[in-house]
Amino acid sequence: MSDTESSARSHILNGIRRSLQRGPLTGEARHAVEGRLAAPPRGPDVARARLAQPEKIALFCQWAETNNATVARVAAGDVAGEVTAYLARNNLPARAVMAPSPLLDGYDWESQKMLSLRRGRGEGSDQVSITGAFAAIAETGTLVMASGPDHPVTLNLLPDTHIVVLREADIVGGYEDVWARLRERYGKNLMPRTVNTITGPSRTGDIEQAMELGAHGPRRMHIVVVRE
Amino acid sequence: MESTAHDFKSNVDSALANPNLQDSLAMLKVGFSERRRLAAERLPEFEVLRDRARDIKNHALANLDFYLEEFERKVIGLGGHVHWAPTAADARRIITDLCKSVGARTVAKSKSMVAEEIALNEHLEKAGIAPIETDLGEYIIQLRNEPPSHIIAPAVHLTKDQVADTFLEHHGPLGFTKRLTERNDLVAEARYVLRQKFLDADVGLTGANFLVAETGSSMLVTNEGNADLSNTLPKMHIVLATIEKVIPTLEDAAVLLRVLARSATGQESSAYTTLNTGPKRDGDLDGPSAYHVVILDNGRSSVLGTEMQEILRCIRCGACMNHCPVYGAIGGHAYGWVYPGPIGAVLTPQLIGVEEAGNLPNASTFCGRCESVCPVRIPLPKLMRHWREREFERHLTPKAVRQGLALWSFFARRPKLYRRLTGLANRVLSLFGRAQGRYDALPLAGGWTRFRDFPAPQAGGTFHAQWARHGGTRTRP
Repeated sequence: MSDTESSARSHILNGIRRSLQRGPLTGEARHAVEGRLAAPPRGPDVARARLAQPEKIALFCQWAETNNATVARVAAGDVAGEVTAYLARNNLPARAVMAPSPLLDGYDWESQKMLSLRRGRGEGSDQVSITGAFAAIAETGTLVMASGPDHPVTLNLLPDTHIVVLREADIVGGYEDVWARLRERYGKNLMPRTVNTITGPSRTGDIEQAMELGAHGPRRMHIVVVRE
Repeated sequence: MESTAHDFKSNVDSALANPNLQDSLAMLKVGFSERRRLAAERLPEFEVLRDRARDIKNHALANLDFYLEEFERKVIGLGGHVHWAPTAADARRIITDLCKSVGARTVAKSKSMVAEEIALNEHLEKAGIAPIETDLGEYIIQLRNEPPSHIIAPAVHLTKDQVADTFLEHHGPLGFTKRLTERNDLVAEARYVLRQKFLDADVGLTGANFLVAETGSSMLVTNEGNADLSNTLPKMHIVLATIEKVIPTLEDAAVLLRVLARSATGQESSAYTTLNTGPKRDGDLDGPSAYHVVILDNGRSSVLGTEMQEILRCIRCGACMNHCPVYGAIGGHAYGWVYPGPIGAVLTPQLIGVEEAGNLPNASTFCGRCESVCPVRIPLPKLMRHWREREFERHLTPKAVRQGLALWSFFARRPKLYRRLTGLANRVLSLFGRAQGRYDALPLAGGWTRFRDFPAPQAGGTFHAQWARHGGTRTRP
């Protein structure tokens, strides 16, 4: 940090302390905020985020559809078939870019002779992407995507159509359950580069406050929920 | 941006006489505000969540230095950079230098009110760097060379037909020569034009809804996905955020997210809520190789510890303006600077001075709807009253108003005289106006009667007289 930068930093921090009429936090006060960071208090309970698993799954599907996604619930053996059928139903090309994820590789793509798959990141010319999801939130019908070598962020954003393969066990109640899973996977205080939480296709209300789909991200989102 | 807040009165006159604006504003009443009501009703815990949201922001503000340092530590730990900007000029210099350091020619910008506050676009242009607004509303007003008129819907003052004309004018040279009439076609055309600009941009610049101290993440809430393209495709991502955006933990973010989207647009959740933490990691196939956060003060630290501190809780949802009868009549541009509506009436005098913007806090009926819908329960009418008092103290109030108030206070402090005079006035006005029931002109009341009739008092005397006659008594505390 240069001298200018370090003086700008202390200028702001000291300004804050002067206004709050105290110096840097020490002793008991510091202990209290450190404790709050180490063990974050949860907000008020939201009843709809605390359902039993079957109701969670149903609520997720309901909100996802309300938010203009489509949902299909299939057995693991039918995932690849559902993807091909969805593309055909919507007159989309049987060609997609898929996240290089071992989990997705586990489905029987070989059975779909007409489907051509490329594995990698999204490009501007891609029509359809297929990804998994780190988790999904029942409370609002929201998908949670964690970036990494097995899930490039561009796949969530660039193609016109985003197909998401979601395992039932990955559907949780509320945001707090997602944070718990992130801490478990990446370690406390550590996060992947990007966590996208996505609720339905891209949209905008910027012209006359009327919601229109497909602003910059996908116009269509299809969620394949894998039954267990 | 250059403020025209001192011209508030003439701004209002032009707003009221603008038919396109009036058509657009009429939609506001049935749009965002009705959807917010329904969303709040669907979530039984909404009011408790608002209480907690207020408490979280209060806690963060009381420990702001600590949480900012924590945030910085986490960002650096993950390979990002934090820059501290006491003033708008500092932030502009830092951002321009960062853009130059990668030889940037274009910057993909995702809507940021703070960037408007520091007039970033003009400065980037002067440095030979083209800022490209990618939020649809911001893109439209950038083409039209207008400032935003709403903090979450910058083009809310425009009708679909105006957008169609703007696109025809600017996209025509790119080969789009058909004037569009449907909203979805307009959205699709903007998407097509902007997609290539995203792919070509050297730097992505976004604001932040929250900075999470626990993880060093910047959190962004959008519907379009433009912020996500801005922070993923270019090789450098710059986050511009002000000091009061920092919150302690992800759990706190969950509470704030639950009230934010519902208050703003009446959605259960916005389409995209994104946490960005540092640059691209080893093995990642996409993402920026450099991640910078510019933390701007621009006068906010001096608001802490004052009676205005509560304004720093604001999470910029726009509910106060969606529900404001004054905003609903005049729109955002009349307020003359970046932040319109009740929040603007309180924040603008704070940020650019009561001398410039002293009129804004007067633009309120004190109906209290803004406070009643604010997700973090900011007492906006109380804070506007504060500015009215400051304006009066500094003798910025017009002479006629001051003299009128002095005259009134002379009589108000002499109750017997006051009652005799008002009783007389009441009888006179009643005598001459009873037949018609109203006055369309009155001496000394031209400011009122020019726009509406003045009701003639009906029989029965003044309120004081009637109160006494009905046996009303005075209660003393």
